[in-house]
Amino acid sequence: MTLDNIILLIPLLPLLSFLLLGLAGKHISVRFSGVIGSVLLGAALVLSLVTAYDYFFSIGKQGSEFVPYLTAQLNWLPFNTDLSINLGLVLDPISVMMLLVVTFVSTMVHIYSLGYMKGEERFTTYYSYLGLFTFSMLGLVLSTNIFQMYIFWELVGVSSYLLIGFYFSRPSAVAAAKKAFIVTRFADLGFLIGILMLGHGAHSFDFFTLIERLSTPGSSYLATMTGASFLGMSTLTWALILVFIGGAGKSAMFPLHIWLPDAMEGPTPVSALIHAATMVVAGVYLVARLFPIFAVGAPDALTVVGYVGAFTALFAATIACTQTDIKKVLAYSTISQIGFMLFALGVAGWGPGKTEGFTAGLFHLFTHASFKALLFLGAGAIIHAVHSNEMKDMGGLRKSMPITHITFLLAALAISGIPPFAGFFSKEAIFSAAEQSNPLIYWVGLIAGTLTAFYIFRLYFMIFWHKTPDAHAHNHEKGEWAMMIPMMLLAVGAVFGGFIPFGDFVSATGKPLELPIELSHIILPVGLGVLSIVAAAVLYRKESDVPQRIVNTLGGFYRAAYRKFYVDEIYLFITKKIVFNLMGRPAAWFDRNVVDGTVQKTGSLTIALSNAIKRVQSGKLQAYTMYFFGGVLLMVVLLLYKFA
Amino acid sequence: MEQVPLAHLLILSSALFFLGVYGFFTRRNMITMLMSVELILNSVNINFIAFNKYLFPNQLEGIFFTLFIIAVAAAEVSLAIAIIINLFRKFNTVDVEEVDTMKF
Repeated sequence: MTLDNIILLIPLLPLLSFLLLGLAGKHISVRFSGVIGSVLLGAALVLSLVTAYDYFFSIGKQGSEFVPYLTAQLNWLPFNTDLSINLGLVLDPISVMMLLVVTFVSTMVHIYSLGYMKGEERFTTYYSYLGLFTFSMLGLVLSTNIFQMYIFWELVGVSSYLLIGFYFSRPSAVAAAKKAFIVTRFADLGFLIGILMLGHGAHSFDFFTLIERLSTPGSSYLATMTGASFLGMSTLTWALILVFIGGAGKSAMFPLHIWLPDAMEGPTPVSALIHAATMVVAGVYLVARLFPIFAVGAPDALTVVGYVGAFTALFAATIACTQTDIKKVLAYSTISQIGFMLFALGVAGWGPGKTEGFTAGLFHLFTHASFKALLFLGAGAIIHAVHSNEMKDMGGLRKSMPITHITFLLAALAISGIPPFAGFFSKEAIFSAAEQSNPLIYWVGLIAGTLTAFYIFRLYFMIFWHKTPDAHAHNHEKGEWAMMIPMMLLAVGAVFGGFIPFGDFVSATGKPLELPIELSHIILPVGLGVLSIVAAAVLYRKESDVPQRIVNTLGGFYRAAYRKFYVDEIYLFITKKIVFNLMGRPAAWFDRNVVDGTVQKTGSLTIALSNAIKRVQSGKLQAYTMYFFGGVLLMVVLLLYKFA
Repeated sequence: MEQVPLAHLLILSSALFFLGVYGFFTRRNMITMLMSVELILNSVNINFIAFNKYLFPNQLEGIFFTLFIIAVAAAEVSLAIAIIINLFRKFNTVDVEEVDTMKF
């Protein structure tokens, strides 16, 4: 089998799983369907490993540089000789990296779900949705064309909608699914307009043509797009900010983050796959794809990305410290970590020594996928055993759930950035990049990083310590190997993922980049991380009233953070009070009175008219002939008069 | 031999025609109405023959038309009788006033 076929097969295997389980699911026994999905995904994982090996060690390398490898090119919608929308698959360092992340986490989640979703109604449907999602996500990362990416972008949105609303008998799940769909759809409007502006300016939708035309200094396309300006920003800056709005919607950046915490209504493995490791980093991937254009053509847009990321990182970390539902804590943690990735991209620039942030952000994406998926799967195992999402129902679980305990601890250490776990390396790279270029973002990131260690260990101690273990606890670990093995494999990633020389593979220019780890930079973040872990241990290891007293001291600030800084309420105010009243009501009035009125008046007029003249049709034959005869006579008279 | 003037024949056919129309409008019995229609047709036949004879004596179109009309009228009568029989079976009458269900 040639490499081209292998690459094509990777997204097609999950599609096959979706079609098989979705169309023929009724004829496949429930026990079998999960296995089919997992085996197909496992095959895709193996193929991606083969592809990654081939790409990084033979076909992708030209000299010391990685170059894109294109395959399966198809001229799809030619508009004119100049502009067409093509389909195709591309391998380059970031898409191969995403390929590995998506297939690995997806396979783990498929296997884990064999245990977690056992006995669920619609088990087969669940697996077909997972297949659809994985297909769309793989299509998204392999797209060569921004329009093709947009198509898959919407497809992941749909599968996310289907999976959040999987328990559709719960009204809250339905509401959450709708919210996720509407918020991301709203953001995608910006994305679409951005795409059209880029296409209009560069006469192409192809990523590499776009990059070539819009990031080469002196190119005529670049000059046109940066020449025209609106409200003090160039067309290109506007286009990229609009594209970023789409990315911010999917990646749950402030103020479009409101859907992600609610999305936790879906099954927990889905949260691990879609809302932690893969779909929500699509925004990061999008910015990384267009990075040369951002960096060369519109540094202002990149600065916006940086500030939005940094603010969101801190904002979400603050909220995560106050939540009591473990999945909500993890959701806000995800938002915060994606903020880290984006501000890492935002502080990067173009030119020697400035691109470190690019590699750092994607490195964090890579490590985050494994430890955050692990945290979610651990949370799933706990919820499976305790039958509750609330922290207060847990506590003292370290004895009864040893494997979950250890893996969760490893993931918590990784996300806190404690050496030598995976998160340490990527976070250090981010901090080092930020410190060099933007001190403000660096300090904001540092505070957010400290809070990260605090909230995750608050979670850890509340779940596994806090109360004395119950001697006859009923919530022991159910010996589900299907659930434990993926957690162990992910734990391996969370522990050792950082030792991969990531800069050798992924960099903005394609040339290897050394990510420096200097002792002087390490001390402060790690020291703060350890301090906050100690603080969390003191506060939450045993039951005490100290946390409550701190809460009372903080007063209003705590309440605001607990209520998620009232962002949802602001949205409700804007939609219910302003949008509905100012736009919805007049539109409804117009519809009811003008549109409906016209239609109904036409109908009633016709009825009145026909009532008035219906007597003519009497059913009397001789009356009809009389009319006829009268008509004939009339014509005769007319003819005679005319010819006379 | 002196011929009958054309005007006489036309007066005859007109009289026949209006008799037919009058009968068609005033009689309630469908059979009688059918007979009135036959009168109208015959008045037309007389017209054809008369014009053929007086205006184009060397041609035969009018005569042929008359033959056609007689044939068609025969067919039409058989059809009309069939309809009337069916109506009689349904309404138990041949009074045209009673047969007025096809209305608004």
